[in-house]
This record gives sequence, structure tokens and C-alpha cells, in this order.
Amino acid sequence: MAKAKETVSRTLIVALVLSIVFSVVVSGAAVMLRPAQIKNQNLDIKTNILSAAGLLEKGASADEIESQFEQFEVRLVDLDTGQFVDASDVGVKDPMKYDMYKAASDPQMSTNIPASEDKAGIKRRPNVAKVYTMSENGEVTRVVLPIHGYGLWSTLYGFISLEGDLNTVEGLGFYAHAETPGLGGEVDNPRWKKQWVGKEVYDGERADPKIRLVKGGVSANAADKEHKVDALSGATLTSRGVEQLVNYWMSERGYAPFLQKLREGEV
Amino acid sequence: MADASAKQVLFEPIFSNNPIALQILGICSALAVTTSMNVTIVMCLAVIAVTAFSNLAVSLVRAQIPASIRIIVQMTIIASLVIVVDQILKAYAYEISKQLSVFVGLIITNCIVMGRAEGFAMKNGPYLSFLDGIGNGLGYSVLLLFVAFFRELLGAGSLFGVTLLPTVNEGGWYIPNGLLLLPPSAFFIIGLAIWGLRVWKPEQVEEADYKMSRHTAKEAF
Repeated sequence: MAKAKETVSRTLIVALVLSIVFSVVVSGAAVMLRPAQIKNQNLDIKTNILSAAGLLEKGASADEIESQFEQFEVRLVDLDTGQFVDASDVGVKDPMKYDMYKAASDPQMSTNIPASEDKAGIKRRPNVAKVYTMSENGEVTRVVLPIHGYGLWSTLYGFISLEGDLNTVEGLGFYAHAETPGLGGEVDNPRWKKQWVGKEVYDGERADPKIRLVKGGVSANAADKEHKVDALSGATLTSRGVEQLVNYWMSERGYAPFLQKLREGEV
Repeated sequence: MADASAKQVLFEPIFSNNPIALQILGICSALAVTTSMNVTIVMCLAVIAVTAFSNLAVSLVRAQIPASIRIIVQMTIIASLVIVVDQILKAYAYEISKQLSVFVGLIITNCIVMGRAEGFAMKNGPYLSFLDGIGNGLGYSVLLLFVAFFRELLGAGSLFGVTLLPTVNEGGWYIPNGLLLLPPSAFFIIGLAIWGLRVWKPEQVEEADYKMSRHTAKEAF
């Protein structure tokens, strides 16, 4: 018995049978669980969008999130022109299926950002972004924009939500990052995020974002207090990253052309 | 080993032969996933499931495995089980699987799983091997939960996500110990746990490899 086990043919047969059995097990699990996983991922994205817009209620069920999200219209925007584009232009059927972060690594669908302008530290920018708008009687009342950029250790991915005037911040939140827990990781702290509500991105009509993260808190009579947010204590680099990435995405190179078009009612 | 009773196999690894405290295996994930109790429990369940079922599978086919490829065979079984567990977590515990991220996949390289497959399941029957897997998974879990208890309570002021010590950042009085949220702090807690365990069970203390000889050289004054 012990000897029969060690022959070359026996070894090959055992290896072959084992590979087949376990490939079936693994692929079976992957295929059967795929629908549940995709549902989870979509729900997760929707949850993040609603939470950035301040619309998420605590303990909301999956169905409530789905129905809340129905109020949003998913649109694709060409960042250079600021015009809406059709889903078919980026090769997908449904705008929800477009992945702008995947597009950012595809040379055909993205542009290189010159180092001097790359404040957010992202190197490449997709040509087309996926934005979420909410409108009432043809007027845009809310717009949620995906933003990302480098903090201290990691790229932070999040959303910023603007009110109908396309200037006042309604909420900001990051759903993926790996900043230091307790320091930079406090970007997730609801009390810190609350400070963003009501801040103004622009000064007047100019497309030059003015958001600043400052040390020592923002007192009631500070100059420009509508643009200032208290930085995270003990996390200078994460705070700087957040300031830069918000300003980058709100600038001419980010969403400013789109917001301008939207303000003028041209799209 | 052949006459080991089921009870022994199941409970020995918890305190008497703890895989982390005595064998010092599986430290990597003990540092990485112990910042909160919820995450830790899911990780522990995943490890228990993988050690138990990989032991069972290895034990069932142990008579057929040629010695020359036995490590690869064990690895294949373990890796497949880990992928299945990862897929299940992604489908049914998405939030937590996001936090565990790569560490579920890294169960493959957890020395406890491999160590039990090679050291126990290759020599024992399926029933005992299955229990041995559960026992070692439990031993791993006990220590991980111990570490996570202190890290979450003192690092974030909460347990299972429920705030017990309201932190200054939330408007309370407790100044959290930020070090405890970082991986190195687990070394301190594991070290203290091993110390405590060896005071309780002195037979676990290793014999010193050598003894320092007395200092005899005369210093020149």
C-alpha cells in the first residue's frame, strides 16, 4: 500500500482528481453567490451616496435605500466640456454600470494630469464622470459628485453633495480609505463631517474653489468662515489631502465646467 | 496520539496547547483584525470553519495522498475552502468582509491551518481531525477575542460597536489610547496574555536555552 501510493502515475491521478474536484467547488461557490454579491456592492454604493447627501436614515433597510435612491438620476458627464454624454458613448448600457475608476486606468478613456496640477495626487483622470442629480420641476435641487485623492497612506474615495445653488455643501463622506485609525481615520467621524454642511465651495461666480481646512477650529466671526472647516487634529497630511482633493475636483479640471453649465441651465 | 479522546482534542488547544500563546502561530492576523470585536468574531468563525473542514477533508483522503505532493494537496484543499468562505462573506456579510479585506484570503497562509492538517489530520481519523480543527480554531479565537476586547475598549471606547466610554472626539470624557488601534499594540497584549497563561500553567514555560555564567572578570580600577 505504502509503495503503491508513491508511483508517478498514482501521484498524477491524485493531483488531477483533486484539482478537478476543488475547481468545481470553488467555481460553484463563486457562480452561485455572484448575484448576492453584486446586490451588496450596488447597495453599498447607493448607501454611500445617500449618506453623503445626508438622506440616509439610521438602520434603513435595503428596500428603503433602493426607494430613496430612486429619486436620483444617474448621469454621465464629460469633464472637459461639462456636457452630459450618453451611456453608449462609454460603451455601457446603463449609466449605473459605468465605472469611472476603472476608466481612469484606461488610456483611451482618461487623461494624464500634469504633475504641477495634480493636487489630489491621482495622476490620471477619467474623461467621463458619473454624477447623481435630483431635480424638481426641471430644476436641479441636489447634485452628488464622486471625488477621490491621496491622503497620507491611501487614496480616499468619497462623495460630495451640493445643494441646488451648486455652491453650498450638503454633505461629504469617504467610503474607502486607509488613513491612521483615530487620527486621519477620523474623516469618518460624523461630528467632523457635520461641519461641512452649509460651507460654500466658491466665492461668487468664479470657478475657483476656496475650501480650506484650518487649524484650531473655525470661530463664529472668522474671516471667510463659510469656506473654512476645522482640520483633523493629529492628521495634518490627511487634512491637507482632503482640502486638496476637494479643491481639485471643484476646480476647472474637475466639475467646475459641468456645474457652470448646470447653473446656466445649458445642459 | 491515536488514543486521544474527543474531549481532549477539542479542549486542549484552548488553554493547555494554545496555537497562538504556546506555539506562537497565526500572529499576523492576530495583529491585523483585532481592532473591533465584531470584525474579530467573523474572522474567528472563518478560521474555525477553515481549520475544521480542511482537517476533515485532509483526514478523509489521507490514505490516498502520495507523500511527495502532500503539502501541495493540503494547500489546495485549504486554499479552496478559504475562497469559498471569502465568497460567502462577500455575499452575506458584506460590511464586515470589506473591513477584513485581504485577511480572509490570508487565512491560507495561517500557519495554524497548515500545521494542523500536516501534524494531526494526516495521522488521525476524520471525526477526531474535525474536532481538532474546531479546537484549534477556538484556541485561536479565545486569544483574538481577548486582544480585541482590550483594543476596542481602550482604543475606541466601545465594545461590539456600542460606546461604553464616550470619547473626547464624540463629546465625552475618555481620551482614547490611539496606540491600541495600531497593529503593534497587539504584541503587547499577546505578550501579557502569554505571561498570564504561563503563570497559571507553569508547565508551559520553556526551559532556558542557556544560563548566563556569573560575572567573574575583575574590572581594572
